[in-house]
Amino acid sequence: MNNTTTKRNTTDIVKAGLAKRYARERRFKLMGVAAVSISMAFLAFLLISIFAKGLPAFQTTYIKLDITLEKKSLGLPEEPTAIEISRARYDKSIKKALLAQFPDVTKRKEKRMLYQFVSSYASRQVADALVADPTLLDTTASLWVLADDEVAALARQADYTLEKKDKQTEITRARIEELKAENRIETRFNWLFFQRGDSREPEAAGIKGAIMGSFYTLIVTLVLSFPIGVAAAVYLEEFAPKNKLTDIIEVNINNLAAVPSIVYGLLGVAVFINFFHLPRSAPLVGGIVLSLMTLPTIIIASRAALKSVPPSIADAALALGASKIQTITHHVLPLAMPGILTGTIIGMAQALGESAPLLMIGMVAFIVDVPTGITDPATVLPVQVYLWSDSPERAFTERTSAAIMVLLIFLIAMNALAVLLRKQFERRW
Amino acid sequence: MTKTAETTSSDTQSRNSQLLAEFKETTGNVRVTEPKMRMDNVNVHYGDNQAIFDVNLDLGKNEVLAMIGPSGCGKSTFLRCMNRMNDTVDSCRVTGSLTLDGEDIYAPEQDVVLLRARVGMVFQKPNPFPKSIYDNVAYGPRIHGLASSKDELDQIVETSLKRASIWNEVKDRLDAPGTGLSGGQQQRLCIARTIAVSPEIILMDEPCSALDPIATASIEELIDELRQNYAIAIVTHSMQQAARVSQRTAYFHLGRLIELGETKKIFTNPSHELTENYITGRFG
Ligand SMILES: Nc1ncnc2c1ncn2[C@@H]1O[C@H](COP(=O)(O)OP(=O)(O)OP(=O)(O)O)[C@@H](O)[C@H]1O
Ligand SMILES: [Mg+2]
Repeated sequence: MNNTTTKRNTTDIVKAGLAKRYARERRFKLMGVAAVSISMAFLAFLLISIFAKGLPAFQTTYIKLDITLEKKSLGLPEEPTAIEISRARYDKSIKKALLAQFPDVTKRKEKRMLYQFVSSYASRQVADALVADPTLLDTTASLWVLADDEVAALARQADYTLEKKDKQTEITRARIEELKAENRIETRFNWLFFQRGDSREPEAAGIKGAIMGSFYTLIVTLVLSFPIGVAAAVYLEEFAPKNKLTDIIEVNINNLAAVPSIVYGLLGVAVFINFFHLPRSAPLVGGIVLSLMTLPTIIIASRAALKSVPPSIADAALALGASKIQTITHHVLPLAMPGILTGTIIGMAQALGESAPLLMIGMVAFIVDVPTGITDPATVLPVQVYLWSDSPERAFTERTSAAIMVLLIFLIAMNALAVLLRKQFERRW
Repeated sequence: MTKTAETTSSDTQSRNSQLLAEFKETTGNVRVTEPKMRMDNVNVHYGDNQAIFDVNLDLGKNEVLAMIGPSGCGKSTFLRCMNRMNDTVDSCRVTGSLTLDGEDIYAPEQDVVLLRARVGMVFQKPNPFPKSIYDNVAYGPRIHGLASSKDELDQIVETSLKRASIWNEVKDRLDAPGTGLSGGQQQRLCIARTIAVSPEIILMDEPCSALDPIATASIEELIDELRQNYAIAIVTHSMQQAARVSQRTAYFHLGRLIELGETKKIFTNPSHELTENYITGRFG
């Protein structure tokens, strides 16, 4: 009897409270949805603005000029070698070709304006064309050369040029129309952007130097921080005695993860450059500095991954007579690997996006050549973004966004790789 | 009805505490003539907590020794001393002497890898490696270099799986992950993995607690068969199981070995009152 009343009471009380509980649940869910929506909106805004700004950088404008290439006037011998051809200056020939294209230009000032119609990189392009086909020498060759960035903007009628109505702009517009009528102007995909290093001329500036710089820097970072980080994590998790000292080490590793990255840059300058005399601006030093920064991340993630491996697996191996190191390498580490890889990739992604410590060690220099090794002077993607965003030219603003896009694509690729690797490891069990 | 049971229970409880306080030494003969393993004055501490008090016990050749007792009485702890699995617990301290064929297994010169190759263990919860069935069984022979060729390894794997009476169920999918088997199959796989190393002693910690009666029966059969070649110590909560598979039974209570004797005698006519209370279901 007594029992049944209690039961009914319980039912009533629970029922009375149910609506409230569900309402709370709904509110919580709504808050979650709102939070996700807001962050997605921010992300979409960021991506759209970057894409809108950066896309023009992937297009470039070429102009066809009839360039007369006489060996004599170029100062070339009768049988020039490839190196001689490559080293000759073609600016004059290009200027002559421009004057021939627009015969109405006669005044000095106007001429000077006309010469700025093509990029200074055009000379290089002519040289390359001649190296590829030396028979063009002593002929008048029709060659496509790179237009100046402002001409390119006018040619594709970029938004910000529409307002410009000054005399010079109008003249340029007229000339572009002239060229268009003769099919001498063309917009193409900007392959140069992926083939060249930095340049003072935005139309000739490329991202390849920064990509290779980032690549070499990350290789150094990975090669240093992955084995050291995993080894440290394994030691701390599996071998180290649990005492005051290891507690202090643990706390300090967590602290290191929170140290501002610029401090690592200062350390890099003081230790690796000033003391060990490693080359400035080199991916080697950049990679070392970044691995100092990513080590704590990798150690913490690896320890968490190792800790989450069920001890029953290690017990099983130990009970079969596996030594401790066999147990770890055969069973614990493979099981922890997905977590370790995720941590490593997060660390590497951080390193890829890091610029402050690299500024300190001189990777912010203006470097035209694409680096070919870890000791060549180089810059990296985020620093390239920083450098270009500082330039006044509109074309550089576009390239800044384009560089950010490249950076994002690399980040996405890295994360995809992380997922892929994780899947790969998971499939085996 | 309920009321009387409660009273009896609390009566038994105080009686049990009294008996425990009076406890001096194990009832029954703890020694055998030809011990495979001999344990003398074993004390185990977890930090400041003592889990095992002065246990003396022999494990004979070709016998199955059952260890029973209420939860938390130290059966697992004692079992884990026998292959030094307690080494993995930082706070655990083992004193006394444990000898395998006369050699002290806790001696500094004793190699723990070798010891565990000789004293295998099956755990309470099936813990197959997240690898293929084949690799699970082949792992032990591989690390110890027991097989000189792939054929020989195949042979060991097949024999072990057959002896663990799981061969027929898995022979067509040796490449499938061991973790994909049912609980009972996993446990038999773990047994196969243990016997693949050909240990001299097998320690089993409640090997059937996750199994259905049919799988349990097949494992009990296996234990009986394994006795021909191995010494087996088995912890179990099922008194029927202890009665079915073992020759001698040890009753543990709160870290003490209360009574040891022929299984038949323990279950039909225990000498110590604590054992009797446990067997008859009156303990607390
Ligand atoms: N790793 C450990 N750390 C500290 N104390 C432990 C540890 N393992 C066991 N103990 C303690 O030792 C005592 C004996 O535990 P043990 O696991 O040996 O009991 P058991 O007889 O196997 O019990 P069950 O039948 O429930 O498995 C218990 O009081 C337990 O709390
Ligand atoms: Mg137990």
